[in-house]
Amino acid sequence: MTAASGVGPTSLFDKLWASHVIKPLQGGDVLLNIDRIWLHERTGAVALKSLMAAGRSVLAPQQVFVTMDHIVDTFPGRGDATLMPTGSAFILATREAALAAGITLFDLNDPRQGITHVISPELGVVIPGVTLICPDSHTCTQGAFGALAWGVGSTEAEHALATGALRVAKPASMRITVDGRLGPGVTAKDLALHILGELSAAGGAGAMIEYAGEAISALPMEARMTLCNMATELAAFSAVIAPDAVAVDYLRGRPFAPKGDDMERAEAYWRTLRSDDDAGFDRQAQFDAARVAPTVTWGTSPQHASPIDGRVPAFEQLTHKDTRESYDRALAYMGVEPGARLADLRIDAAFIGSCTNSRIDDLRRTAALLRGRKVADGVRAICVPGSSAVKRQAEAEGLDVVFQEAGFEWREAGCSMCFFAGGESFGPGQRVVTSTNRNFESRQGPRTRSHLASPETVAASAIAGRLADPRTIGAAQ
Amino acid sequence: MTPFTELLGIAVPLLRPNVDTDAIIPSREIKGVGKAGLAQGLFAGWRYARVGDRTPDPDFVLNDPAYAGASILLSGENFGCGSSREHAVWALAEYGFRAIIAVSFSPIFENNCLRNGVLAASVNGAFIDHLAACVAVDPQAARIKIDLQAQVVRAPDGREARFPITPEAKMMLTQGLDAIAVTLASIDEITAFRTRDRALHPWVYAGGPAS
Repeated sequence: MTAASGVGPTSLFDKLWASHVIKPLQGGDVLLNIDRIWLHERTGAVALKSLMAAGRSVLAPQQVFVTMDHIVDTFPGRGDATLMPTGSAFILATREAALAAGITLFDLNDPRQGITHVISPELGVVIPGVTLICPDSHTCTQGAFGALAWGVGSTEAEHALATGALRVAKPASMRITVDGRLGPGVTAKDLALHILGELSAAGGAGAMIEYAGEAISALPMEARMTLCNMATELAAFSAVIAPDAVAVDYLRGRPFAPKGDDMERAEAYWRTLRSDDDAGFDRQAQFDAARVAPTVTWGTSPQHASPIDGRVPAFEQLTHKDTRESYDRALAYMGVEPGARLADLRIDAAFIGSCTNSRIDDLRRTAALLRGRKVADGVRAICVPGSSAVKRQAEAEGLDVVFQEAGFEWREAGCSMCFFAGGESFGPGQRVVTSTNRNFESRQGPRTRSHLASPETVAASAIAGRLADPRTIGAAQ
Repeated sequence: MTPFTELLGIAVPLLRPNVDTDAIIPSREIKGVGKAGLAQGLFAGWRYARVGDRTPDPDFVLNDPAYAGASILLSGENFGCGSSREHAVWALAEYGFRAIIAVSFSPIFENNCLRNGVLAASVNGAFIDHLAACVAVDPQAARIKIDLQAQVVRAPDGREARFPITPEAKMMLTQGLDAIAVTLASIDEITAFRTRDRALHPWVYAGGPAS
């Protein structure tokens, strides 16, 4: 039961929902207006092709954006050809369909190209108060701006392209309040992993999560995006954070953000986008930021998360629900034993990138740790900026030199090795510490072992050659 | 889309929590821009002994001849978590699955099932264990019945459990409707809403760096 009748105090989510209802359908479902549609070459091309094959057209092409991020190579000098055997087919089909549909394409060599959930905020395409969908589960990232943004399948994307609307059942509401402040060296990524470890990978099942509390208000936009990004790992419908001055300041002057009088009117409206003090939520959870440590995963689900200075828990010590079989399977896959110190695990590779942690703020913080240090012998280290704009900014600040002098490869923007699509991978049995979002079996390559962590932990681990606590090294002189 | 009303089928148990869409269809198995040709890649990482080769791994349940012809998959909590790739549902459907019975589903996966005429039915874990135990005796004979109108799953021994579904989703499945066609019938209401909304929130529609 959702406290959304329109009478009495309402939540941010209720306001976003109510302002987009075109009409009720049977049984409480609604037809919801969709303001922004993002597509990428992996799942978007099939939606556009299917739409055209049915003889339909895009209702509002000016509200549709497409980028190349999932399949494109990230090697310097890349082109339409890909290491993934059939990758160029996706790129060419997307380009052709985007041009035919008259939608805005950020193509391979466009200076605005990058990962959807990095460039949408950069360009000001996502703004508070809009509905935004993309056939990509990490669309929840963009809820950090107070948008109702969620991931869908290709058929739903096609539906929204054709009709400007979606038929949606209203999700339950959930508020996760985080009190206090994160400690030094502890990031939004650690908070996301900590919450997963406590609540489980089904801890937000089907719910629209609002992140609130002192710790959330204190986060910069990049960190809020990191936190919201992993709501899908909680099986949530999506996540949202009330837009405040931090969000507005981030968006002001962005190419697609409102300008002039429009911006003034928009800001006045955005100020109303917050939960009323007594708003009801179907579920609630509360965390103390001060109790969060740098957190890494040791298993094959994002819920398999523990403090970096801890040990692989015994089954009886798990804070979340799991089955014995799933736990045993995860340990066998990862090649770890219960009770093993996490900081003793030697790594083969370190990866910084993905829609979770590849923004300029992530790269600045990581470079501060890497400056004057070297990646341990035998560790392959890669940094993939989240967008071409992030890459240019990092290069303007000399961060690329810091990464490369430390021993990191410096790449072009894209999703890259967050997942294995048949091109590049880390190899069987390789232990990777990674700033990405999923440690599923074979996610980063067949039989590859992934440990999710913050970019700081990835950097500290790359230097140590084993999983390492970034608080123990500190910024270099 | 094929309407879904009733199903009497062979069920195969994959009783793990958090079966993700990377496991259902690894990204490397999505080779073309389309919805077909995916059944071979279904559960490829578990189903085949080695990457890049199609030698069946005899330990994986889909390779057990006792479950040949299964149209129902049984699983645990949070089935279909992870990537939104609809290829997971396309692969399951092409392989022959018409229904997934699990403790719970990832919301994107559940919606993808709905849009492809596949039923995602949530029932409690104890009942799923019971279904799996019933089926194990003789999978080809001990069939599970699903009645969508009544929202009931019936075990081979007659025990039943109800599953939730919204009236809207039930209508879509039982009538095999194309949601886009249904919504396009309301296009006048959509454009009228947008005209009103544009007056209230003009900046949402301004669009474009040049404006």
